[in-house]
Amino acid sequence: MTAESRVISVNGPVVRAFGTRNMAMRELVRVGDLGLLGEIVRMEGEEALVQMYEDTQGLRVGEPVKGTGGPLSVLLGPGLAGSIIDGIGRPLSALLKEEGAFITRGVSVPQLDLSRSWEIRAEVSAGDVVTPGNLLATVRESPLLDHRILVPFDVSGEVEYIVPSGFAKGSDIVARVRGPMGRDQEIRMTASWPVRMPRPYAERLLPDEPLVTGQRVIDGLFPIAKGGVAAIPGGFGTGKTVTQHQLAKWSDASVVVYIGCGERGNEMTQVLEEFPSLEDPRTGRPLMERTILIANTSNMPVAAREASIYTGITIAEYYRDMGYDVALMADSTSRWAEALREISGRLEEIPAEEGFPAYLPTRLAEFYERAGRVVTIGGEHGSISIIGAVSPPGGDFTEPVTRHTKRFIRCFWALDRPLANARHFPAISWTESYSEYAGEVEPWFEAHVDASWGRLRDEARAILAEDEKIRQIIRLVGEDVLPNDQRLVDLTASLLRNGYLQQGAFGPDSFCPPEKGFAILNLILTFHRTAEKLVTAGCPLSLIRNMGELVELIHAREIPAERTDATADLGRRIGETLSRIGSERIAPEGRG
Amino acid sequence: MARTEYVGVDTIAGPFLMLGDIRGVGYDELVEITSADGIPRQGKVVLVDEGATLVQVFSGTQGLTPSGTRIRFSGAPLEIAVAPSIIGRTFDGLGRPRDGCGPVLGGERRNVNGAPINPMARLYPRDFISTGISVMDTLTTLIRGQKLPIFSGNGLPHNRLAVQIATQSHLAGAENFAVVFAGIGIRHDDAAFFTSRLQESGQGNNLVLFLNTADDPVIERIATPRLALTAAEYLAFDLGMHVLVILTDMTSYAEALRELSVARGEVPSRKGYPAYLYSDLASMYERAGVIRGGQGSVTQLPILTMPNDDITHPIPDLTGFITEGQIVLSRELDARGIYPPVDPLKSLSRLMKDGIGKGYTRDDHPGVSSQLFAAYSRTQDARALAGVVGEDEINETDTKYLAFGKAFEEHFIAQGIEENREIGQSLDMGWYLISMLPAAELTRVTMEELRAHVGGDAPK
Ligand SMILES: Nc1ncnc2c1ncn2[C@@H]1O[C@H](COP(=O)(O)OP(=O)(O)OP(=O)(O)O)[C@@H](O)[C@H]1O
Ligand SMILES: [Mg+2]
Repeated sequence: MTAESRVISVNGPVVRAFGTRNMAMRELVRVGDLGLLGEIVRMEGEEALVQMYEDTQGLRVGEPVKGTGGPLSVLLGPGLAGSIIDGIGRPLSALLKEEGAFITRGVSVPQLDLSRSWEIRAEVSAGDVVTPGNLLATVRESPLLDHRILVPFDVSGEVEYIVPSGFAKGSDIVARVRGPMGRDQEIRMTASWPVRMPRPYAERLLPDEPLVTGQRVIDGLFPIAKGGVAAIPGGFGTGKTVTQHQLAKWSDASVVVYIGCGERGNEMTQVLEEFPSLEDPRTGRPLMERTILIANTSNMPVAAREASIYTGITIAEYYRDMGYDVALMADSTSRWAEALREISGRLEEIPAEEGFPAYLPTRLAEFYERAGRVVTIGGEHGSISIIGAVSPPGGDFTEPVTRHTKRFIRCFWALDRPLANARHFPAISWTESYSEYAGEVEPWFEAHVDASWGRLRDEARAILAEDEKIRQIIRLVGEDVLPNDQRLVDLTASLLRNGYLQQGAFGPDSFCPPEKGFAILNLILTFHRTAEKLVTAGCPLSLIRNMGELVELIHAREIPAERTDATADLGRRIGETLSRIGSERIAPEGRG
Repeated sequence: MARTEYVGVDTIAGPFLMLGDIRGVGYDELVEITSADGIPRQGKVVLVDEGATLVQVFSGTQGLTPSGTRIRFSGAPLEIAVAPSIIGRTFDGLGRPRDGCGPVLGGERRNVNGAPINPMARLYPRDFISTGISVMDTLTTLIRGQKLPIFSGNGLPHNRLAVQIATQSHLAGAENFAVVFAGIGIRHDDAAFFTSRLQESGQGNNLVLFLNTADDPVIERIATPRLALTAAEYLAFDLGMHVLVILTDMTSYAEALRELSVARGEVPSRKGYPAYLYSDLASMYERAGVIRGGQGSVTQLPILTMPNDDITHPIPDLTGFITEGQIVLSRELDARGIYPPVDPLKSLSRLMKDGIGKGYTRDDHPGVSSQLFAAYSRTQDARALAGVVGEDEINETDTKYLAFGKAFEEHFIAQGIEENREIGQSLDMGWYLISMLPAAELTRVTMEELRAHVGGDAPK
């Protein structure tokens, strides 16, 4: 019997319990006199192993263990957007109110405030026949976000009752549906979902629309699609978190789920302080209104770190099912993998590579596969894009987490230590990074920004790649021995690096619309093509290099996006100066 | 508390004692152990099981006998008594008075493990601490509430730098400023250096010391930084003081942890360190910050010596992944007589971006620092090239970079151990150095700043 279940051993975050026959694998349990939360991860006869979501200090043999009757779940409903919860779904605001500045143990707080009243609009009428995923009512979760209450996956039939438009509470029944067997089913504004179970969808679609991020190196060179998966690996201090914050701020997703998984408390605080005062560039509303934060900082219990990833992706799926494009950031998936490793070690499982359990790749795959663009059960189009940070020890990308992650993602933004040390940010390496979505999203950019988008991308990448070789030679013997055309490539590459790829996150350049990014790229490459002709015709490079306009070109990103006239003017002046140089230096019959 | 005393243990192995079936013992509980000759030691419970209880003895198990050892469980975790009177005191690595002044009277007992701060309760740190050291204030700005370690190597002047930071930071003058110092496996000389230097500068009466010296028990080192941080949190969040915590040497701490882990037969991760080294270090480094609505702050300045000067070694590597930046000392600069030998390119302050510039230090600070970084990085390329083809063969721009690099190291990085420079003075020096380079190279400052500061050189 449940009442007889008790603790028989405590080893850090892993507890062994006896007398757990009536409990289920993966059941959420309350352990000890304090009622600490844990989850059953293995069952052997009369015994169960429990991974603990709270610190086990002071826990004694013989203390009781109680089942909760269900798996670890998260309560889904209005009120999630704009909030911050811990790894197992408890709102930090409620913990703060109950317990003060420090997080203590054994606290029970409701996952959502059910007494809060919401503006609601009925979308069906009594008598309508509904099937799973149909829209029942819309709640105005924030001015930025309509929260759609859908028919659950196991309910269909005739609407008996629908909440009248107006106001309703979180605990209210939104609709009652009479099922085929004549059984009435009540649908509430909130519903619970087990975090380890992916929510179903009707069909997968190919991602072909970019997630526009406002970061030139990403949108321009290594784009990610809506519904795509990207990894951003890098040693400490190379810019994983800043890049993830940038994407959380500026990408054109409708909902952002940000998981701080085993990272710093201050980084979560920063988002909490900053996002409410930042405007979404597309709607002008505070960014916090579309953001959900999940905080399991590095000093919080390690098993809850393991769970936080699932809590996050479940919330993302919930909004996807409403037909939204959701972007999920996980910082850092390495800390999650390490949590797996630590628990696996305490369970005395046989380790595979570097102590990680053999199922590490499976877990990674399961997580990343929950991303994608889909047709929802209700027939809408929705997507989840995942951007996972990876923190390889010593910045070495051959370690297991990075290596396995690479198998399941299609977009790789490799952060480069020398670039970060030189404060070239974002330190995304243009030689090691790749995006398999580039071809798939090109038509979108060509239709929405410029028809030559793809051609310019190819040109820029070719110049950067060639310059890598040229720079190697320069490093060995200096540039004097190089022919002028190669020195021009080096010059253009430096314009690309300093004027285009480099983008500070903390100033006005933080968000760069793709149109502006394209305009800068076009300026640089147009300069290059013209200069190339001059150089081929024998014009000395020094004349070109000393043009005053080049300084302006490097600073072209400082021109506000709406001042397209100023950018065009700069382009015209560069062209004029070049043609003046050409006409002065090259004989009229020259090939230039 | 009348608690049962157990006599005799089943097994003694390494730093551990194993006892048979004992009920009512809590995980992580503090244990009082008395050997046959009557000398007490302390330990803590690291595993409880129906069949066995495992106790880790802080001062080691040497001299304990299976039958003569007496054990008393305290019913509570390791605690420290805190009261305003801890200021000015010296404790040992386990929190026992080491200054002969008797116990802390009327203190409130606190669990040394602390509890995580709710991120909603934190206030994001933004207050600039002026250390008077150019390379720090300008390029790796220290912020009140930050955790900023010094990555050093044996024989480098990290102690001197830490003392200079502690004495020159403008906080130092303030009434409500305290330094909490945790010496973890350090030499007596180093301990004496810190105490005498801080005392000389008038910091002696707001100093709290926790000392575990190199000849003290190794396992105690697991507790020392936690005691210091508990004291610091009390001073900061209960008494509203601004506290600077110096933890040195974190390498000794991590080695003690490894020793324990190996003794327990745990599956090792990199270089024999336990897989939980990251979480363990984080449980200490995260105990820094500012709490909303409070008055005080905890700023951490951990010091660690990188084994073989290797920054990818697990100790500096994991530390770097947790702390809010790092100050890396360079053996090469030190050999050239440059003090403080801070390598700016490897160093970083993550909190500086929000604590500098308009309204904080000076408007042009972000631009200048970014440009100095870029220029110094470019200088390394120029030097490498000059090393190959000779200084006479490199082009005009590279020559300028060489001159810049030299001046930057000798006048900007280098300064006296008691020299205290205002941030404005440091930034002006920065502009002076930047102006040695052609305008086309100045890609990190804005056109506007170029016009204002470089004047004639800037293009119209
Ligand atoms: N786009 C950017 N613009 C300006 N500065 C940046 C940018 N990206 C990174 N940085 C700088 O690099 C620092 C480190 O970045 P960040 O905190 O994102 O590193 P990280 O890779 O997340 O490190 P860790 O793994 O230790 O968490 C930042 O504090 C900031 O100073
Ligand atoms: Mg980070």
